[in-house]
Amino acid sequence: MLEQTGLELVNWARAQFALTAMFHWIFVPLTLGLSFLCAFFESIYVKTGKEEWRRLTRFWMRLFGINFAIGVATGIILEFEFGTNWSNYSWMVGDIFGAPLAIEGLVAFFLEATFFAVMFFGWDRVSKGFHLFSTWMVAIGSNLSALWILVANGWMQFPTGMAFNPDKARFEMQNFWDVLFSPVAISKFTHTTSSGFLLGSLFVISVSSWYLLKGRHRDMAKKSIVVASMFGLLSALFVGFTGDEAAYTDAQKQPMKLAAFEGLWKGQENAGLVAVGVLAPDKRPGDDKDPFVFEIRIPGLLSLLANRSPGSFVPGIDDLVYGNKDRGIMGANEKITRGKIAIEQLAAYKKAREIGDQAAAEGALQEFDAHKAYLGFGYLDSPEQAVPPVAVTFYSFHAMVALGTLFILIFFIFLVLTMKDKIEGQRALLLLGVLSLFLGFIASEAGWVVAEVGRQPWAIQDLLPVTVARTDINVGSVKTTFFMFLVTFTVLFIAEVGIMLKQIQIGPEGK
Amino acid sequence: MSLSPRKIMDFYVNGFRSMTLGKTLWKIILIKLIIIFAVIKFFFMPDYLHTRFNTDTERAQHVMNVITRAHGPGGKNLIP
Repeated sequence: MLEQTGLELVNWARAQFALTAMFHWIFVPLTLGLSFLCAFFESIYVKTGKEEWRRLTRFWMRLFGINFAIGVATGIILEFEFGTNWSNYSWMVGDIFGAPLAIEGLVAFFLEATFFAVMFFGWDRVSKGFHLFSTWMVAIGSNLSALWILVANGWMQFPTGMAFNPDKARFEMQNFWDVLFSPVAISKFTHTTSSGFLLGSLFVISVSSWYLLKGRHRDMAKKSIVVASMFGLLSALFVGFTGDEAAYTDAQKQPMKLAAFEGLWKGQENAGLVAVGVLAPDKRPGDDKDPFVFEIRIPGLLSLLANRSPGSFVPGIDDLVYGNKDRGIMGANEKITRGKIAIEQLAAYKKAREIGDQAAAEGALQEFDAHKAYLGFGYLDSPEQAVPPVAVTFYSFHAMVALGTLFILIFFIFLVLTMKDKIEGQRALLLLGVLSLFLGFIASEAGWVVAEVGRQPWAIQDLLPVTVARTDINVGSVKTTFFMFLVTFTVLFIAEVGIMLKQIQIGPEGK
Repeated sequence: MSLSPRKIMDFYVNGFRSMTLGKTLWKIILIKLIIIFAVIKFFFMPDYLHTRFNTDTERAQHVMNVITRAHGPGGKNLIP
């Protein structure tokens, strides 16, 4: 009974967090991408002095402002959820996240109070140069603001630059630079922000394609498409490059996630990358069933991706769960044993401190230190619990990669045809252009699903599972707030879409 | 352009006055902030450790109890 209630609570808390994060992530990538596109458009206006570029800039800036206004502060709810639903986790990471989140808050506040105001109030009130400078500062500042959130997320995926303080029951930062420049944090920042540039570009192409289909604002639409498809193409290629880096860091730091998103159950040398595949739904860890109903593999590519070496061995889910002595891989079963020792010694340390037995406390702490890297595994009941939901992770990853490849083609074709002034007759392509925004959102959200579902069951990789990170509260209250947020977010989303569509219908000013 | 406090104030006041679409957006932002802070935060999403405990020592003790309690007799996990 206790077990069922606990799992139900964790799952509702997870669902609530996923709902909030995915809603928040509708607005953030558009802000990141559109802010730079506005800066590009305005730079061309300032350089050429042509009125049509000014009109065009103000139009996209208006849509950027709508997106920003509806999206602003939705991320704060995530912080509330930490304190209410994930209080143990929140306490344990408070010292690590305090600095990055405080910097994020300060950057956002000063940015919004100064440059944002100039960007929207400053037309004809400040010089062209200062206005352009403000627009660039908003773009750079918004993206830097994202850095600190992604550094915090990167730390959860690869906890580094910290030490566990058993007297305060929390992780404490030992080296800020290790946290900031951790390979996972850098990979997260570059991959995530560039995916935002891609989505912003798709937004501009989508709206512009609609104008061309309707035969409205044709000159503005074509000008916008040229800039957006160029930026989008470069961003999409960079997303591919950073995605490769993200997969490499996953292979090194979170091999279970890599095995899950590739559906790799048995480790292989010269492992192939699944280009297309359908997973066998009843496949479980340790069984001998074929993991795929159907698959097409590219030989050797997964080994190259994971280890930068085509013939190398890539561990599968079974290797990571049950261990592989030949390859020197410790399984989750062995890690659970060590994790339980870590918890036992932590309990012994606590008790020794309570009764004032310093020698016993030091002895327990030494034993704890020897096993603390496996602390989180001690809370698992079975090694199979270390496996994330494979199907969700696998399909999300492959949807993201397939769409990312499609976007490269879309940007390239739009760029070439618009430069040759042949885009207007391409009705099917323009329809794809309109649709591409929705595909972009699917790819963008799928990326987060891979990152977050793929690292389950961990709130902090290997150190704290979600079952221990949660607060022991009534599941009914989490359900209530879940549906409350669902209604609030739906209303806000309808408001966003409604206002956005109205402004798109109105079109650029002066027309 | 000299940046006197008066001019900065005028810049913001005139900016807010001349808003059209911005007025609607500000209304949405204000309603949203009221819902988030005055309703959601206040009534539904309290900070568990801050409402239950008065000091950081108590909070640390509580979390320590949770993370060590998980290892029950014979290695049986008490937390699912």
